[in-house]
Amino acid sequence: MLEVKQIEKGIVIDHIKSGNGLKIFNKLMLNKSKKPIVLLMNVESKLLGKKDIIKIENSFDIDLNLLGLLDDNITVNYIENGKLTLKKKITIPKEVKGLIKCKNPRCITNSDSYVEPLFKLLSKDTLEYKCSFCEEITKYEL
Amino acid sequence: MRKDVKHLISLQDYSIDEITEIVKLGKMIYDSPEDYSEKCKGKILASLFYEPSTRTKFSFESAMLRLGGNIIGFSDANTSSVSKGESVADTIRVMSYYADIAVMRHPKEGAPKLASLYSSIPIINAGDGGHLHPTQTLTDLLTIYNYKGTLKNHTIALCGDLKYGRTVHSLIKTMARFSTKRFILISPEELILPDSVKRFLKDNYDVELTEVRYIEEVIDEIDILYMTRIQKERFFNEEDYLKLRDSYILTKDKIRPAKQDMIIMHPLPRVNEIAYEVDDDPRAVYFDQAQFGMYVRMSLISKLLGGE
Ligand SMILES: [Zn+2]
Repeated sequence: MLEVKQIEKGIVIDHIKSGNGLKIFNKLMLNKSKKPIVLLMNVESKLLGKKDIIKIENSFDIDLNLLGLLDDNITVNYIENGKLTLKKKITIPKEVKGLIKCKNPRCITNSDSYVEPLFKLLSKDTLEYKCSFCEEITKYEL
Repeated sequence: MRKDVKHLISLQDYSIDEITEIVKLGKMIYDSPEDYSEKCKGKILASLFYEPSTRTKFSFESAMLRLGGNIIGFSDANTSSVSKGESVADTIRVMSYYADIAVMRHPKEGAPKLASLYSSIPIINAGDGGHLHPTQTLTDLLTIYNYKGTLKNHTIALCGDLKYGRTVHSLIKTMARFSTKRFILISPEELILPDSVKRFLKDNYDVELTEVRYIEEVIDEIDILYMTRIQKERFFNEEDYLKLRDSYILTKDKIRPAKQDMIIMHPLPRVNEIAYEVDDDPRAVYFDQAQFGMYVRMSLISKLLGGE
């Protein structure tokens, strides 16, 4: 197996569905980060068969809501002094602020500069969110 | 921002009791308007119309004046400073100092909701795009209450364009909460009630749904007949439209077998879906709806401003 050294301090985003690693990498705009980052693709996994992993050194600042929208099998491991300090299971957020754009062109959130779109989860299976302003349903797609 | 301010953005936010109270107070004001002529003395209504809607605006303004209050506002965003890219949130924060209550009409869906999040005065949604128009529904409710004495246990028929009409959808969803016995849906195939609304009714209420193509099939079973306009733009070709249009025009002949106490409603403006000959029929109440609209808005304004 490919050798990647353990990180001393930072975050390991684990159990990413194989193929989603790069999408998440892009969505989180990790390419803009100055921190050392490793993206591992198609790693053997007992749970998923194959999985992707992202390791970010020296940073704990990750939007967990966004991760839940991207892939809800993910676990986030926080590491300090080379030890696992916190393991977080990501879930699909019931409420999402800002990250989704309402698909209704007549919605106030698409024309008023002040407002931050707010959505409530309707269906976990289809990732359908209802806009709190115009009540239209928007489906989130990775 | 004050959290305890009550707004009217959607009737779904109101309990059946709250809606009933507004309707009943509307009826009391209708019966003796002089008792309420100083109800809102010294209060100011901000009338914020980001798109023109003369009927609704006059109805609200007349309501406020008849309660003894005053009005400020604009009737077209293009001629006022608010058009210059200012957020609705900013406008309402400032308006909250000038007025005691605000009514907002906006072409964008959800705009009144946004305003309500930053307002320290009550906001009334007077129509936001194709989304909601709760005071239109309250108007229909007071009309029904006035002629029928109750909002419950009616057989309500809706006729015409049931696909696109927000008025119709809102009335159906609200009346379903008042234990409506049966909805009869009369429309051409092309303009039937959307599945989502039907599913909503079936999932949540114990109400009978009947779908038919022609008024004649059901006219003698109806307590309340709600007519809507069929717009030419909804059809692919002129021929289809003309063919259908005549089937959905209400005439004296068609209502002959109807119950004596049936009422005929229409949100207005009418184009040709009700023949003029029907206007004289005692069952035709569509012109009276306009006044009930004003009385129910008087009721709503005084409720939101606190106290009866
Ligand atoms: Zn929206």
